[in-house]
Amino acid sequence: MTSLILILISALFFNGIIGRVKSISAGRKGPGVMQPVRDVIRLFRKGSVYSETTGPVFRIAPAVYLASVLAACLCIPFGSKPGLISFSYDFVFFAYALALGKFFCIIAALDTGSSFEGMGASREATYSMLAEPAFFLIMGSLAMMTGHSSFQSIFAAIQPSSPMGWTLAVIAALILLILAMVENSRMPVDDPKTHLELTMIHEVMVLDNSGIDLGLIFVTGYLKFAMYAALIANLFIGSIPVGFGIPAFLAVQFACAVIIGLNESFTARYRMNHNPQFIFTLTCIALLAVFGMMLIAGKTI
Amino acid sequence: MNNNILHIKNGSCTSVTEIPVLGYGDFRQTASRLLGDKARHCVSYFAYPCNEGFRLMMCIADDSAHDILVFACDVEKDAELPSIAAEQLALERFEREIHENWGLGFTGHPWYKPVRDFMPDKYKFFEMAGEELHEVGVGPVHAGVIEPGHFRFICNGEDVLHLEIQLGWQHRGIEKLMLDKKRLIERVLLAESIAGDTSVSHSTAFAGLWEALCGTVPGDDVLWARTLAAELERMANHTGDLGAICGDVAYQLGAAVYGRLRTPIVNFSQRWCGNRLGKGNVRPSYAPYAFTEELRRQLLQDLTAYERDFLEMSDKIQHFPSVLSRLDRTGVVSREQAEAIGAVGMAAKCTSVCRDIRASHPYAAYPALSIEPVVKDGGDVLARTELRIDEVKQSLAIVRVLLENVPAFDGKMRSPGQPKADSFAISLTEGWRGEICHCAVTGADGELLTYKIKDPSFHNWMALALAVRGNEISDFPICNKSFNLSYCGHDL
Repeated sequence: MTSLILILISALFFNGIIGRVKSISAGRKGPGVMQPVRDVIRLFRKGSVYSETTGPVFRIAPAVYLASVLAACLCIPFGSKPGLISFSYDFVFFAYALALGKFFCIIAALDTGSSFEGMGASREATYSMLAEPAFFLIMGSLAMMTGHSSFQSIFAAIQPSSPMGWTLAVIAALILLILAMVENSRMPVDDPKTHLELTMIHEVMVLDNSGIDLGLIFVTGYLKFAMYAALIANLFIGSIPVGFGIPAFLAVQFACAVIIGLNESFTARYRMNHNPQFIFTLTCIALLAVFGMMLIAGKTI
Repeated sequence: MNNNILHIKNGSCTSVTEIPVLGYGDFRQTASRLLGDKARHCVSYFAYPCNEGFRLMMCIADDSAHDILVFACDVEKDAELPSIAAEQLALERFEREIHENWGLGFTGHPWYKPVRDFMPDKYKFFEMAGEELHEVGVGPVHAGVIEPGHFRFICNGEDVLHLEIQLGWQHRGIEKLMLDKKRLIERVLLAESIAGDTSVSHSTAFAGLWEALCGTVPGDDVLWARTLAAELERMANHTGDLGAICGDVAYQLGAAVYGRLRTPIVNFSQRWCGNRLGKGNVRPSYAPYAFTEELRRQLLQDLTAYERDFLEMSDKIQHFPSVLSRLDRTGVVSREQAEAIGAVGMAAKCTSVCRDIRASHPYAAYPALSIEPVVKDGGDVLARTELRIDEVKQSLAIVRVLLENVPAFDGKMRSPGQPKADSFAISLTEGWRGEICHCAVTGADGELLTYKIKDPSFHNWMALALAVRGNEISDFPICNKSFNLSYCGHDL
């Protein structure tokens, strides 16, 4: 329960902090931290426009997308405290709950019949698919190291261990952070600021959504960021008492937002055909962690 | 053979009777032969009604001899002529334009596509068959604040096989308005509005042409002011484009810095002539706004601050891997392609085709400055980016030279007088995009019979279509921005 509440609170500020970091580094005044929330409130007050070519799939997709991410958030523990739902191999449920939401987004995009949205859907599907192995490899190696199989038991067991445990935690944090950028279609994979449909990934896929539907998609994006940052925080707060755990959790969320903001301020986006290479790199780092684990544990394939 | 052609200089006027009128066969052969030489390219080819039929007028610039070769041909109404573009591809858009405006036919023309007069039910876009191909249509209404134009991509996955560009949505009939509006001030305002971001160079072309037609020679201060305004326009637009290129590769720092740097330049223009784009600063035969000592000091101060930040930022992007990986070898146009389509200005100079009117046919104060054009050989987005950086540096140097010696300002508002009867005048300028050509023919009463404008975007849109072939569709915006062509300049 603690983690869900903290994720919801962080989600309110996460994108706002990214925006602030970007505007400060560009020397602009920029919007306030609460601007993303205001955007969503504004969108919720509006009605939606549906094109004639779309069917029921297009209408339910944003809700399914939000529900899937909320369901995934339920699995996330707070350090050694379990999340609202916790069972063996719940990280598999986590990954595929997210995939379900994405799947609905993609078929909703295809439902519009627009060439733009088809293009975006194909890109989004490709990159999500490429990112999946990295997540499972890193979770697998954490499970192998700790000998546990649920989020909560893995995170509870990871702390007191050796320097290897810390190394693995740092690698996992890096991978999860980049995964968060890929999954949320942020730089360096996608440019959330552009108005150029041809270079977009996520935005072009939701081009036909408007009003409440678009608001739901925005909310889901904010939640996803906070969710990944919560996973990262969990790598480090397992053994800390809750009193220190909560500020540490929020500090990790803040740090993640600042890192993402700085990255978006001072680099250019990748060329589209470099993105698969970049995402494969994640899988390679995760593999490195797996092999390191095997060496330490003395296991063989 | 050469006595069949009239040789004139840029910004000069000649009697129509002196222009040799050839038969079409001869006309076609002469054009083909002249354009066979790479140092020559066609700056304008147009038709106008004459003696119950039409007169075709071709103006070819010879960059090595610094001459403009002019010759004409009379044809009947609804004539079907063998296309010259079949041999000299660079003429294809001129022929399509003549066909569209006057109904003359050109047999053997490679691609009879509408230039501006686009009817969705009449014209069928180029098609490719293939199970795995798909089409992406963009525009004419775009996201963001750009002008209307329709882009149709045929893609294989993410790769662009073919791009077809259809323009014409901005057609305002400027050439016709030039004839209809009789007052000089109306015509100057029209010239300024051909392409808003090039208002100084277009109005300079108009002013040069009008002065030639009227036979007046403007004072040194007038020519000096035009040159300074043109270089400031070049700097402002190049800087803005560099910011936009950075924005398109999502490099926020570059977009922010260049965006800020453009402001002091356009603000200086505002202080000088009351308009950030330099509108109102160029008028035939006089300079309306004095360049005071105070303005001189202000500009020098602005330039010092500008130069420091500009050089630092430009050095940064020229050595920054994540930006370079987006620009390098993206949107390549080869030298052969640029020559074949008759590309001008930046699009040509980036493929080592040296076409710069300031050097080859100098006007205003340029003869004394002896400009050495900046030329790049990559033909890609990076080349066009570096060309802009180098041209800004060159413009900075030119402006500093100009500021060393400010001519005394003659504040008098002079009238250029009346245009001569039965005359032909041509005026070429080098806008920041490239060569601008204005031509006019007057009748027996000294009234304009025809006014022909050629903006650099007229040919360069084809360069964009060629540049994106084989590139990823997601790189189209950056290719497009690297050319930054004018829609309204093309559509007139």
